[in-house]
Amino acid sequence: MIFGVSIYELLTVTSIIFFIGVYGFITRKNLISILISIELVLNASVVNFVVINKYLYPDMLQGVVFSIFIIAVAAAETALAVSIIINLYRQISSVEVKDIEVMKH
Amino acid sequence: MNLNYIILIPIIPLAVFLLLGIFNQKIKPGVSGYVGVLGLTVSAILSFYTAYQYFFAHGKVDGVYQTLVSKTTWMNFTDTLSIDMGVLIDPISVMMLIVVSVVSLMVHIYSRGYMKGDAGYTKFFAFLGLFTFSMFGLVLATNLFQIYIFWELVGVSSYLLIGYYYTKPSAVAAAKKAFIVTRFADLGFLIGILTVGYYTGTFDFETLNNPEGSAILNWASTSFMGLSALTWALILIFIGGAGKSAMFPLHIWLPDAMEGPTPVSALIHAATMVVAGVYLVARLFPMYYFVEHGFALNIVAVVGAFSSLFAAIIAITQTDIKRVLAFSTMSQLGYMMLGLGVSGYEGHDGVGYMASMFHLFTHAMFKALLFLGAGSVIHAVHSNYLKDMGSLRKHMPITNITFLIAALAIAGVPPLAGFWSKDEILVAAFEHNKLIYFVGLFVAGLTAFYMFRLYFGIFWGKDTKYKHAPHESPLSMTFPLIVLAVLSVVGGFVPFSEFVTPDKVGFEAHLNYPLAGVAVLVGVIGIALAWVFYKKENNLSDRLVKVFGMFYKWTYNKFYFDEIYLFVTKKILFKRVSAPAAWFDRHVVDGTMNVIGNSTVSASKKIKGMQSGKIQDYAFAFIGGVVVIALVFIYLWTV
Repeated sequence: MIFGVSIYELLTVTSIIFFIGVYGFITRKNLISILISIELVLNASVVNFVVINKYLYPDMLQGVVFSIFIIAVAAAETALAVSIIINLYRQISSVEVKDIEVMKH
Repeated sequence: MNLNYIILIPIIPLAVFLLLGIFNQKIKPGVSGYVGVLGLTVSAILSFYTAYQYFFAHGKVDGVYQTLVSKTTWMNFTDTLSIDMGVLIDPISVMMLIVVSVVSLMVHIYSRGYMKGDAGYTKFFAFLGLFTFSMFGLVLATNLFQIYIFWELVGVSSYLLIGYYYTKPSAVAAAKKAFIVTRFADLGFLIGILTVGYYTGTFDFETLNNPEGSAILNWASTSFMGLSALTWALILIFIGGAGKSAMFPLHIWLPDAMEGPTPVSALIHAATMVVAGVYLVARLFPMYYFVEHGFALNIVAVVGAFSSLFAAIIAITQTDIKRVLAFSTMSQLGYMMLGLGVSGYEGHDGVGYMASMFHLFTHAMFKALLFLGAGSVIHAVHSNYLKDMGSLRKHMPITNITFLIAALAIAGVPPLAGFWSKDEILVAAFEHNKLIYFVGLFVAGLTAFYMFRLYFGIFWGKDTKYKHAPHESPLSMTFPLIVLAVLSVVGGFVPFSEFVTPDKVGFEAHLNYPLAGVAVLVGVIGIALAWVFYKKENNLSDRLVKVFGMFYKWTYNKFYFDEIYLFVTKKILFKRVSAPAAWFDRHVVDGTMNVIGNSTVSASKKIKGMQSGKIQDYAFAFIGGVVVIALVFIYLWTV
């Protein structure tokens, strides 16, 4: 519980972060930016976990533990994605989304 | 009686075929000949052992020869209709085992000499093994479907052997012709088999041939165009048999089949392929006899008699010695069919059936001998034509004597083998149908005449000056000749009526002296005429040709049957039926398929264009979809 701040305000913030992430994912041209957008989406959900845990079940820690899990998974995912991007760069000297069309063939 | 070892009789030739076929290149020619002969010797010994066991030891129960069957179920169609594989032992199959193994063994021995130096020596023995295997399988079949399988195998092996000299266009054409004509007839056979299976619910010979069985008792249950369905089936099956046995009008393949090596002709003509048709009718004899009071059997008799006469007339004018023998075979097979056709069922009435099988037995011996003798002659003079031969008796004494014995036997001179069997057929025909009897008698005279025309033409006649003096064939070739000559002499003394009868109860056959006398007289007249015309070189025959003129020309050209068939197939079938059908196929059927294929391809191209390959487009679609569904659930699905 944080005094003077209601759960609605916090959830509004995380929703904004989430939709910024979605918007970024769809509109960015650069693979790295897309990856960062995904991080935003994940961060929004992590904050949600902590907030909801804190406001609904203040005596328990599940939400917090899950948020740590998500951070770990997100880190692994980012490492993987970055390595893919590096390999891709070696192949086509570009990390632009429009150049990655070749992968569909 | 233990039946287990009988399966070895066909298996051994099959093993020989596989061995020689697979190791074709590795086996030395000399060895492969011995392998073939050895395999067949074992088969022949087993066949004789089987015959001894069956006829003298265990086959008879209360004076009736039993039908012994050992089989396993192979394919189940319905609860009652299944296809079995196995061996069936009864008097005719045992007799056929003897005939096939003896003739095939002789042909194997003979081929070692005849084919010496041929490039495909091993291949040849492999094919002979396959042929013998197929024929054994056909003989031992327990049901219609099994017989059909081996029937086709016989067709394949004859195709391989007739076309053995595959570099020669005429041999290839002959092989194709034999295959296609018999195949065409087999279509009838197959439809017949399916009809029998449909209406009686079984393929098994035991059930079908049982005179008290449902197949024979209920033949009138269904009728089609005035005849019962089973009669139609039997007629169709007979068409298959007529194709293999070269009955009129499906005979055109037989003379051309002479393109194969001579031992093959001997094997095809004496023991294997062509007697398959006779064997088939004999195998189903109770059905032929009882269904619709023997309607189908009468057709067999008439076709047999006509073929016999027709072929004998053509045989008189042919100049290729193997073709004379080919038409002679056709004529004698007609005789056998005729014998079956005029036979009754019980006791002494079954004399026609007995005589037919007897004639098959004796004919195998002397016809094999004639062909092998002809092969020996061809081997010596390197020609098939009578005009290139003459006075060979000085050069080839053994061939001369054995050929003479065979010719006397086929002409029905007592006491040689052919006399006994031919006489019994004529007795049966006399009791049944006088017209057929007189046809048979006339054919007997013709047979004697053309056989001795051949004999005098080859071994007497003009004194031909040979470039290389012909010499007697090697022992490997004369040995089978001598063996078969002995068999042709003594074969007639086998008391056949004790062993092979339609109701499987032996009876005693007696010579009918007046009829036998007439038959012999006719035969002797034929021989005497041939003596007058061909013993010494003279122009009597040329004058006779002038008298007959047109008729001679027709006969010489085999009544233009090949031309008629060619006209029908090429001008009518190919042009009027096949060509439009081909057009329809190419344009309409293929066109439809092409349209379907092409439209699929173009549709897939369109769909491919919708996919950009960019993750973001997909993600956009995905998220857009989620938003739409969320809106739907939130605002519309609130009821």
